[in-house]
Amino acid sequence: MALDEIKIGGLGASRRRVEDNRFIRGKGNYVDDVVLPGMLHMEILRSPLAHAKIKSIDTSAAYAIPGVRMVMTGEMMAARNLAWMPTLSYDTQAVLATDKVRFQGQEVACVIADDPYIAKDGCEAIVVDYEPLPPIVNPTQAMAADAPLIRDDKIGQDNNVIFDWAVGDREGTDRAFAEADLVSEISMHYPRSHPSPIESCGSLADYDRSTSKLTVYMTTQAPHIVRAAVSLVAEIPEHMIRIISPDLGGGFGNKVPVYPGYVMSILASILLEAPVKWIEDKSGNLISTGFGRDVYLKGQLAVRNDGKILAVRMHTDSDHGAFFADAQPSKFKIGLMHSAFACYDIPSAHLTARGVYTNKSPGGVAYRCSFRVTEAMFFQERMVQAAADDLGMDQAEFRRVNLVKDDDFPKRTPFGFLTDSGQYEKCLQIGLDAIGYDDFKKEKEEAKARGRLLGIGISTMTEPLGAGNSREYDILGIKMFDSAELRVHMTGKAILRTGAKTQGQGHETTWAQIVAHELGIPAEDIVVEEGDTDTAPFGMGTYASRSTPVAGAAVSMVSRKIRAKARKIAAHLLEVSDEDIEWELGRFYVRGAHDRGVTIQDCAMAAYSNVPDGMEPGLENNAYYDPPNLTWPFACYIATVEVDPETGVWDVLRLVAVDDCGVRINPMIVEGQIMGGLTEAYAMANMQFITFDEDGNCVGSNYMDYLLPTAWETPGFELHEVVTPCPHHPIGAKGIGECATVGGPAAFVNAVIDALKGTGVRNIDMPLLPDRVYEALQTGKDISGHPPVKTD
Amino acid sequence: MYPSRFNYEAPTSVEAAIALLTEGDGEAKVLAGGQSLIPMMKLRFASPATLIDINNIPGLDSHGADADGTYRIGALVRHADLEKSTTLPDHLPLIASAAHLVADPIVRTRGTFVGSVCHADPQGDWASCMVALGGSIVAQGPNGKRSVEVKDFVAGPFQTVLAHNEIAIEAVIPAAKGTRAGGYLKLERRVGDFATAGVGLALDMSGSTVNNAGIGLTGVGAQTINAEAAAAALIGSSLEADAVENAARLAAEASNPRSDHRGSADFKRHIIATFVKRLASNVQRAEAQVA
Ligand SMILES: Cc1cc2nc3c(=O)[nH]c(=O)nc-3n(C[C@H](O)[C@H](O)[C@H](O)COP(=O)(O)OP(=O)(O)OC[C@H]3O[C@@H](n4cnc5c(N)ncnc54)[C@H](O)[C@@H]3O)c2cc1C
Repeated sequence: MALDEIKIGGLGASRRRVEDNRFIRGKGNYVDDVVLPGMLHMEILRSPLAHAKIKSIDTSAAYAIPGVRMVMTGEMMAARNLAWMPTLSYDTQAVLATDKVRFQGQEVACVIADDPYIAKDGCEAIVVDYEPLPPIVNPTQAMAADAPLIRDDKIGQDNNVIFDWAVGDREGTDRAFAEADLVSEISMHYPRSHPSPIESCGSLADYDRSTSKLTVYMTTQAPHIVRAAVSLVAEIPEHMIRIISPDLGGGFGNKVPVYPGYVMSILASILLEAPVKWIEDKSGNLISTGFGRDVYLKGQLAVRNDGKILAVRMHTDSDHGAFFADAQPSKFKIGLMHSAFACYDIPSAHLTARGVYTNKSPGGVAYRCSFRVTEAMFFQERMVQAAADDLGMDQAEFRRVNLVKDDDFPKRTPFGFLTDSGQYEKCLQIGLDAIGYDDFKKEKEEAKARGRLLGIGISTMTEPLGAGNSREYDILGIKMFDSAELRVHMTGKAILRTGAKTQGQGHETTWAQIVAHELGIPAEDIVVEEGDTDTAPFGMGTYASRSTPVAGAAVSMVSRKIRAKARKIAAHLLEVSDEDIEWELGRFYVRGAHDRGVTIQDCAMAAYSNVPDGMEPGLENNAYYDPPNLTWPFACYIATVEVDPETGVWDVLRLVAVDDCGVRINPMIVEGQIMGGLTEAYAMANMQFITFDEDGNCVGSNYMDYLLPTAWETPGFELHEVVTPCPHHPIGAKGIGECATVGGPAAFVNAVIDALKGTGVRNIDMPLLPDRVYEALQTGKDISGHPPVKTD
Repeated sequence: MYPSRFNYEAPTSVEAAIALLTEGDGEAKVLAGGQSLIPMMKLRFASPATLIDINNIPGLDSHGADADGTYRIGALVRHADLEKSTTLPDHLPLIASAAHLVADPIVRTRGTFVGSVCHADPQGDWASCMVALGGSIVAQGPNGKRSVEVKDFVAGPFQTVLAHNEIAIEAVIPAAKGTRAGGYLKLERRVGDFATAGVGLALDMSGSTVNNAGIGLTGVGAQTINAEAAAAALIGSSLEADAVENAARLAAEASNPRSDHRGSADFKRHIIATFVKRLASNVQRAEAQVA
């Protein structure tokens, strides 16, 4: 009489997303929907210049506008020791500029008024006298001997370099390169992109002097970290701070950092003793908040004639903008860049990384990736394709030679991570079969004879998802684990809370499925709540595909604790000893007497009405989960394209995706994550970037220039799956939220470069805009896309 | 995204609207589909004191051909009306082929053809089509109506010759000298994007001979470009390869693009030439099918 797991919405059920009920009815509750009595509105005045000294700020005309309550400047913040705040990477960031502005869009002042229109009028009335300074928009400029010093506020900082960092085995790598038959080298730029959630950032701060309590509704993916940060920065006791992250209109990493606007709205609320709402406009979001990527690579592979890769050498120069505000584990300076080549069996590897300041917005957030693994895997797969081409070997065969074999696990990656499971060659083969690899290669040759350019690109990768473990992973010293709390009510219904924060991933649906799987309580009987620090247990939040690997595991573990207690209650109800109790989904029964049993709901009722002597009543618990390792999903993406040689326009013919993310909790949601990721991958490869002109003006400050693909141009995707359970996760799941964003771009770019094979072109920087592809075809040369953008 | 304070008026006749514009003394603006004006206002690039909403004025929302073949498009005809029209392709293949390339489906349901021409955006698609077709705008002011050819109507980037108290009430396209042919091609980075480069080709044909030709260029200069010399190179031809090649070269020469994040000036010139050739060969192919 065990329950049918799919029917109760357990593991493997493609259950409809429960949160969609309110979203599609327009009943979501976002920060901007929250209205408090007496609420005031804040708008930010931003710098029009990328680099300039502030000579003076005159706010008198703003104060003269009826309805303007307060104007805040850097000077006011400085008087309260709040002009600067710590970043997530042990640097400082200006809340409001005091000395000079360091990027276009930097916060210079803010106006709090009765309504947002008046606040905006107030901003326009502020007169700022700037003295322009020469702007820096790329690392080469930043490292030039005569480069102006961007961070003259920092004692001891006498150039624009933030870090010089190295990891790997230098000597071993050098030795392997000396023995190589061929050294394949390639350089490229992964352009700056922006996570660009449709809902921009915002906060509604409400300081209540009578209770000394600060409540802040905030667009944050990590409410508990924000609570700790606010407590430390604003010196308000942590228990007097309540951060509520209501429904989020997307995050993609953009809503991990603490932004100046949040801090300003909090201070304004304290000073004015009124709720203060700040809702960032779209341009404000694009030009000032956490971006992704902006890394330059010089990569080398040492290869043997039979295709074996002997060693990897990588050097990256990364552009972090004006403040080093990357969101990443503190041990690693360039995120998990050294997770590159994790799916390949390569004896040695060495990475050097240098980070620099420029006059661009700060951020370096993990835009839908686990701390720079997007760059790592893109570089990896572009280097692999270049090496295969240089060697004259088929790109699929070259991968097959080097992929880690199924019986090699656990396996150290070239840079020392430990991968634990996977069926890499199987995934690759499924992909090749699905796309019809050999037939397409023939078709390509035939088309070429008729002047048409077809190409095929492969990307295979495993990536580290789900930070911790807490030994190695922390943000600002706070260890990366997560938690879940489960309360089963007496009628067998339940509420589950976690320290994660859903922003489109569907936690309200999938967490209930995990509980259903562990306890046999139907998923529809479980409500899931996240995002309120007064009610949710502590957690590090949702990003880096860590929710299912970490918080999801905690959900399993807390459910098992509940089951353990329910088993004791069942024994009591059935009047046998614990050891004689057996479990099947949703029900305990007496060993050897299957029909003598009680349901989990019976146990719940008894927990509140009939507990055995000496047992605490109630059926609730919590669990903290510190994962033993990262999870390592694998993906193989294969794209075919046609390039129009006359215009440089390329169309995707097909995209085949084979994903192995272990056990799938809700296959429909997993597929949605993959399709969304592939769409982003296509966008980055095809059209999307934030670039700058030579004056440091941001080109891409609105949706006319920062392009999000629509259903019109996004290609169709064909999805396939392989399941290799994660050996250490309680239900065998691996992260999946980001695989396609991470692994996808290289498939598209490799396909276009493959179409251009024979022209001498080895690289075109993303996005592969028609003019770049056309120019490459005309010149037979690589096309660099780094800023400043060419204008006349 | 909060515009400055403004007054709003919604007159129900052209005369009342003109009176309000006169009263506004240059500080009032006509609101048609709002797909250009509202974005400018929310960014505070435009801060008119008063908006004169013409959407409640009857009689401006139809389009069609007169008995003599003259085609009229009223001031409230939306891009989507043209896109969905089943009769338009026979009359004006150029306009019909451009309609689905203007902006995105959402914008097309509100934005107006005439408003687009009045906005005079060098990247606007409709002004190029109008220039190619030799079309005019009929403007009405306190002293009555006048007609201005679109090539003279656009005075510069985002500038027209309309007086502050004139309303464009319709667009007029003269009858064809023969059978109408042609089309529009646009290189865009994504649906809803403005043109990296666009070409409108309008031909009046007798059999395979070109009686009359017009070529308008989008996004490759400070304003809509009337590539007159390129069009002249096609008149009298039967779209032979050298005539087309010549027209393509002249069109590229007439363009004056700048390098920017959409592409280099050279690339845009190359696209103009390529599109002229493609449009001409599309016409030939269509003819071959008819023959
Ligand atoms: C996302 C987006 C994408 C777009 N993409 C494209 C594109 O690819 N190609 C393209 O061509 N356009 C594009 N547009 C612009 C769109 O086509 C506009 O609709 C059009 O340019 C203006 O028409 P409207 O009716 O909306 O005019 P409004 O915005 O109402 O007015 C525009 C200007 O013209 C004046 N005006 C309007 N009508 C009259 C009149 N009858 N008499 C006198 N003055 C008048 C107004 O005062 C104002 O100055 C896009 C717009 C958006 C928002």
